[in-house]
Order: sequence, then C-alpha cells, then structure tokens
Amino acid sequence: MTEYADGSVVDGVHYHQFDIVIVGAGGAGMRAAIEAGPKANTAVISKLYPTRSHTGAAQGGMAAALANVEEDNWEWHTFDTVKGGDYLVDQDAAEVLAKEAIDAIYDLENMGLPFNRTPDGKIDQRRFGGHTRDHGKAPVRRACYAADRTGHMILQTLYQNCVKFGINFFNEYYVLDLVMVSDGFGGQKPAGVVAFELATGDIHVFQAKAVIFATGGFGKIYKTTSNAHTLTGDGVGIVWRKGLPLEDMEFYQFHPTGLAGLGILLSEAARGEGAILRNSEGERFMERYAPTIKDLAPRDIVARCMALEIREGRGAGPHKDYVYLDITHLDPAVIDAKLPDITEFARTYLGVEPYTEPVPVLPTAHYAMGGIPTNIQAEVLSDNTTVVPGLYAAGECACVSVHGSNRLGTNSLLDINVFGKRAGNSAAEYVKTAEWVELPEDPAAGVRTLVENARNSNGTERIAIIRRELQESMDRNAQVFRTEESLTEVTEVIHNLRERYKNILVQDKGKRFNTDLLEAIELGFLLDLAEVVVYSARNRKESRGAHMREDFPTRDDVNHMQHTMAYLSGDPMSADAGDHIRLDWKPVVVTRYQPMERKY
Amino acid sequence: MSTATLDSPPAPADDVIPTFTVTLIIRRFNPDTDDEPTWQDFDVEMYPTDRVLDALHKIKWEQDGSLTFRRSCAHGICGSDAMRINGRNRLACKTLIKDLDITKPIYVEAIKGLPLEKDLVVDMEPFFASFREVQPFLIASSKPEKERIQSVAERARFDDTTKCILCAACTSSCPVFWTDGQYFGPAAIVNAHRFIFDSRDEGANVRLDILNDKEGVWRCRTTFNCSEACPRGIQVTQAIAEVKQAIMRGKP
Ligand SMILES: Cc1cc2nc3c(=O)[nH]c(=O)nc-3n(C[C@H](O)[C@H](O)[C@H](O)COP(=O)(O)OP(=O)(O)OC[C@H]3O[C@@H](n4cnc5c(N)ncnc54)[C@H](O)[C@@H]3O)c2cc1C
Ligand code: SF4
Ligand code: FES
Repeated sequence: MTEYADGSVVDGVHYHQFDIVIVGAGGAGMRAAIEAGPKANTAVISKLYPTRSHTGAAQGGMAAALANVEEDNWEWHTFDTVKGGDYLVDQDAAEVLAKEAIDAIYDLENMGLPFNRTPDGKIDQRRFGGHTRDHGKAPVRRACYAADRTGHMILQTLYQNCVKFGINFFNEYYVLDLVMVSDGFGGQKPAGVVAFELATGDIHVFQAKAVIFATGGFGKIYKTTSNAHTLTGDGVGIVWRKGLPLEDMEFYQFHPTGLAGLGILLSEAARGEGAILRNSEGERFMERYAPTIKDLAPRDIVARCMALEIREGRGAGPHKDYVYLDITHLDPAVIDAKLPDITEFARTYLGVEPYTEPVPVLPTAHYAMGGIPTNIQAEVLSDNTTVVPGLYAAGECACVSVHGSNRLGTNSLLDINVFGKRAGNSAAEYVKTAEWVELPEDPAAGVRTLVENARNSNGTERIAIIRRELQESMDRNAQVFRTEESLTEVTEVIHNLRERYKNILVQDKGKRFNTDLLEAIELGFLLDLAEVVVYSARNRKESRGAHMREDFPTRDDVNHMQHTMAYLSGDPMSADAGDHIRLDWKPVVVTRYQPMERKY
Repeated sequence: MSTATLDSPPAPADDVIPTFTVTLIIRRFNPDTDDEPTWQDFDVEMYPTDRVLDALHKIKWEQDGSLTFRRSCAHGICGSDAMRINGRNRLACKTLIKDLDITKPIYVEAIKGLPLEKDLVVDMEPFFASFREVQPFLIASSKPEKERIQSVAERARFDDTTKCILCAACTSSCPVFWTDGQYFGPAAIVNAHRFIFDSRDEGANVRLDILNDKEGVWRCRTTFNCSEACPRGIQVTQAIAEVKQAIMRGKP
C-alpha cells in the first residue's frame, strides 16, 4: 500500500489529513464547523468563498417559539411543521427541530447576530406562512428576523465566528468524489473526499475519519428558480453515485412569490407583514381557498392557487400569466424598515415601485425537501435503518425529514442551525474513538478521469443548451402540477440529453480557473438529480404537499404515507430509468399526530 | 442604490420586446499563455432589462467558454461579481444594460488593486486577510441565559454596516489601496465599524488600536469612491469618519 502522508504530493495529487472534513460552507457547514472545530482537527471545503453561499440570500426569518411577542410554544411549532409537511414529516425529528430552535436562536444572538428588536429590547418576531397559534387557530409571530436579510446575517455571523475560532477553510475547492471503502462487515464507510482546486486545477485528496456533507440544494434543475447558479446539487449527486439512497426527491418546493420572469425571490415576510396576492380582477383570491389564514397558507397551497387563477384566466398582465403581490397599502416606513431588500429587487429588476404599484409574481423553484437520508443525529443512512459510520449530512442537501412533503417558511434556516450543530457534534464525538481508514490505492483516479474527460470534450453540444433544455422541460413537466404524461415526457428528455451530454464541447483547455470544465461536471449532477426527482414523482401516485398529481388528485394515506427511497442500481445510460433506479419505501415516524385533512 | 432605476418607467408590456446588439469590450488575461492582458470585443443580442452578468453568460455559453468570471446568486447578495464596468466598480448582476449608454461599447475589466488571476477574476485572499485582521466578530464576556437585550435605537446605530457582502467594490475603487496594498481598505473598516458601534460588544478598543495603525483609517483621504461603489448603499466614507472620531475621542 502507498502511504499518503499529510502534505505529500504523489503523482501531482496533494494529500491532506483531517479528523473531520466538512463539505460546504453555507449555514449548515459553518454551524457544524463551529461545533467540530474546537474539538477536532477540522477542515471546511467549499466551492465558494463561505460568504458567497446561498444561505446569504435567505430573507424572511428563522422560526423559534420564543414567545417574545405573543403566547407560543414548541409543541405548536412541532404540530405546524408536521401538518405543513402534509404528515410526511418524521415527528421525532420535527420535535427536535422545534425544541432546539429556541437555543439555536439564542446561540446566534450570543454569537453576535443583529436581530431586529422589540420595544423592550428582545428579539422581535413576525408572522410567516403555516405557523399558527394553538394548532391552526390563527397566525402566530414566530419568525425571528433581521429586516429581510436574515440569511445574510446568519451567514456573516457564522463566518465571523469561524474566523474567531480559526477554522481551516479550503475555498474554491470543488469536491467531486467521496472515497468509500469496505467497513469489514459488508458495508462501506468513508475514507475521505477528493477535490478540484479552482485556482490551479490541481487535485487534492482529503483523508478524514468523518465527512459531513452540507452542500445545499439543486434548484438549477429548474429554469425559474430562486437558487444561485452554483446550486447544482454536487454533494447529493456524489452520494447518489456511490449507490447510497436519496429520500423523497419528488418533493420540491415552489415558492409562490418569485419576480415574474426572473424567479428572484420576494420573501413570504412580505405577506407576513400584510402583503396581499391579487388576480387580474384585483381580488384577494386566497380568501376563497384558505379562509382562516388566507395569504399566509403554506407555500404548496398558495403556489397551486396562483397556478389555478392563471389557468382559469384570471392572471394579470398582457399575457395573463402572473398574479400581483400588493404592498401598496403598507406604510412606506414599515416597508423600508422591514422589507428593504426585496422592494429594491422589484425596483432594480422589474422597474416596479412597490410603494405605489403591485409587483408581478410567479411561483419559483425554491427548496429541495428531499435529499441524503439521515437520522436525527445527522448520520447518513445506507438503507431504511443502517447508519454509514463516519458519514454525516445536514442542511438542504439532507433529508431528516423535518419538512416532509412541504417545508414551512423559516424552518430551513432553523434546520441548518439545529442539524448543522448536531452533525458537528456527532462527528466530533465519533472521531474521538474512530481509527483512520486507510485510503485505497490512487484514490484520486475517479476524479482524474472525470476532469480529464471533461477537459478533452471536443464535441458539438453546448453545455448551456443542454442545461437550458433540461431546465425548460423540468419547468414544463415537473413543476407545481404533474401527470403521468408530463413525467414520462421529461424522463425521455433527460435520457436524450444524457446521450447528447457525451458529445459536449468544453472550450477552455487550461488548468487555472477553468469554470467551463466545472460547468460541464455540474451539468452531469443536474441530469442525475433531475432524473431521480422525476422518477420518484412518477412512482408516487397521489397528491401530497408540494407533489400535485393531477391524475391522482388526493392524498392516499393507505398506500403512500411513506418516504420514497431511491437507489442507483445500474448503468445511468440505460434508456429505461427503471433499469438503473430502484425505488423502495421507508416508514414515516409518527409519534403524537395522526394524519388529518389539511385545511387552513 | 447603485443602479438608478427608480425614475425609469416599467418595462413596456408589448408583445415583442425588442432586442439589440451590445458590444462588450472585455479585458482578457489567460495566465497559462499570456504575459499581458488584452482587450477583446464581443457582440451579443440583449434585452434592455438584461444584466451585464447575462451578457457575460451569453458570451461564455454561446461564444467563448473560456471567458472566466465569478458569480453565484445573480441578484446582488453574494458579492461574487464586482468588476469594473465602464470604469466604475459595480456588480455585474445588479447592472442593467438599459442603465448604461448602449450607443457605445461596454468596457468590462477586473477590479483593480488585487492580483489578476484570469480574465475578470482576481485573488481575493489579501482582501479577506484584511477583513480577518480587524477581529470581525462579537467580543462579549457575559454569558446570558437568553438573548442579550439591545434597544431598537442601539440596533439601528450600526445597521448600515451590517449590510456588507464583502464584494470588495469599495476597497478596489480606493486610490490609496491601489498604491498601497497594505492599507486595510474601506471594507475592513466597515466591518470593524459594525462591531465597534454594537452596544453588545466589548472589543472596540482592540479594533480601534488596530485601525490606528499606520496602515489604518488615517490613510483614508476621503475621496468617496468607496461610497459611490458600494452596491449595498452603505455610507462607507461616513463609517470610516465615525471610526476616526472614535479613535480620537475613545470608545463611543
Ligand atoms: C432566496 C431564498 C430565500 C430564502 N429564505 C429563507 C427564509 O427566510 N427562511 C428559511 O428558513 N429558509 C429560507 N431559504 C432556504 C434556506 O436559505 C436554504 O435552504 C439554506 O440556507 C441552505 O443552507 P445550506 O447550508 O444547506 O446550503 P448553502 O447555503 O446553499 O451552502 C452550500 C455550500 O456548499 C458548498 N458546495 C456545494 N457544492 C460543493 C462542492 N461540490 N464542493 C465543495 N463545496 C460545495 C457551497 O460552496 C456552499 O458553501 C431561502 C432560500 C432562498 C434561495
Ligand atoms: S462596504 Fe459595500 S462595497 Fe465594500 S465590500 Fe461591503 S458591500 Fe462591498
Ligand atoms: S452574483 Fe451574487 S452579487 Fe452578483
């Protein structure tokens, strides 16, 4: 066996050794690092500078039943989370989320996060969709916030604290592979990860006792999305290619209020502060669909109602293809104090003045409820119950599952803090006693091939065109409404695009800062994940949460109150997805709440 | 606000929105092959409401895949794509084509004062190193059981400087920074300000000492380039002035 010592360079590949390697420097990754860093030799590897991560784009708030402004408690929060997720939520996980929310907020405040304050100097709270008082009686003020840049403040605060603790960062390193070896008992465990350094084009192997994935979402499988260009699901895709399962991938959230035509998000906080959705007739249509909480119904419901209004001819604008978000009745001083950024987005990108004009909005692909399955210790699962020792996941790339089939607003910033912290602690505990796992011979081989194949791609297909066709087909066929027919169509599109992907053109042949090459590799992950989303969606013959099958319009608790588990089981190039994706079910953890009809 | 769109009318709702050809002249540099940067022209068909970032993507995706720049969020929130556009530091994703004079070519080059790596990409390490040096984190000895109490007015005192996205538009527009790369630069001072004026923080004196250094706030010659460049509308020059005052008069 070759020894790969820390700091050595063998055949041009750099070798590093850390107890814990965290992949991703968004909210989840940095929250994990703050726990793990002081306890074990830890590195954070990120394809972006930490402060560029998309957690910084989050706007509205982070939920916690602090009861600073009105009566509230964590049990109500748990219930709302379970009901909001249309009962596909694992209730033990939801309870952890709601209970630990309170300390998660105090942790952030104590680290320096500048929350907005109440007149008596406490953390202020506001309303958000689906968060209610006493099991649905009325909206409750549960979202802690910092204007409409809560995510920005979280990301900055966590990075500031990483600086304080002297965390090791490897910035602009793209992790492209996870090294798995036999655990000696018929299973597998991680020995490290392999990364591509953007600045030099060099390959680095990070040997580690524990690996935490915190790579965020994959909104770029859709065209209209609130997600960043860099959210291509690399981490989820890497885990998938290792044969590990992905859970509940069919549940993808469409946020009701993206700027029409652009997808840039206008936070639900706007509706929390009183904004109203109106159709072409000026009608507040949500009153018809959700008489109790109206515009503050959960996102899946609001997005569907908007789509219905448009379909029935009540869309606004010259093509009747969007609805309006109206905040003209709010005091401009309130808008400036509480919604400054999103109103500037409307001005900058649509040229609309929200003080006086309603803003054109449309649902935008926003959040992956599904992802890498974990238990409540953030340990990754290799099937319904078996833990992969030393492998963890947290944040949007993971599926615990606290969001079930539809996430409530402000529960993701919460998720990344609660389960990021848990992942950091679990990994730190694990490495105390874990032995080093020996690296296999030439662990960089897979990435070297991937990179060289991409660099030597001299075909005729443009990366951007394949990506665009994928995104357009996903928007058309696997968005708010789905049918067997639409899902079959997009499955075929994906297979054809995969064929064409073999013949792509990468023009940049250089070593340094080769983003052309990386876009090619990222597209590979997008194609893989889009197929899992669609194939899982075809198999779920019911409508639940964000997954609306027009051909199966009701929820079917008898057959489908279960999580989907998808496995890569064959050659992804085979024409029939069924030949390379195996599906299974996993029971939902039910503790307190039996499924009920979801009315608001 | 960096992009003055308040006074421009909403986009016309006509059936076909006209496109037009825009010429971008981009300063290219390939470290693998070039000794010196060179300017290269590209023509692209754009809509008036497109961003400069869209134009760069169009070039990269349809003409020359080797064109290299950083970007992520595409709406002015991640700080990846500060660049010099027609001689001014801006975020490419927040600069609409219609707000530029499109009868002339649009000049695009990397921000100045940081080592050029490739095309529009510079080495950000020196910039982040200055940021880290001002101790940009809350220093507080108390261990409260819940949140620390802070009044609405105390919170408002440092609101402006919490908005920073570390894009470096300010620092790389500063003539002092261009000639003296050791100068902390406006962004680091903005981030020190964010803590110096936070009522919960106890580390102001440490940071004021650091910024009283010969490469600290006294290098600032109040040229206001930084305030003009800031895409978040932060009053950067004012923040620097407040830090200068705090050094002279002690902790605020
Ligand atoms: C516009 C917007 C507004 C939102 N508003 C809210 C809100 O108000 N409340 C709420 O609760 N939620 C909100 N959300 C959701 C929430 O912000 C995200 O789900 C959450 O921030 C994700 O955090 P993360 O740490 O999992 O991932 P991210 O913050 O996306 O971080 C991912 C990290 O992984 C790294 N990475 C990815 N791939 C690789 C790779 N191959 N190699 C190395 N590193 C890699 C990236 O560099 C990055 O550092 C919003 C989301 C959006 C898009
Ligand atoms: S102060 Fe403004 S210009 Fe300077 S780094 Fe921060 S956001 Fe960018
Ligand atoms: S791409 Fe994020 S600021 Fe421009």
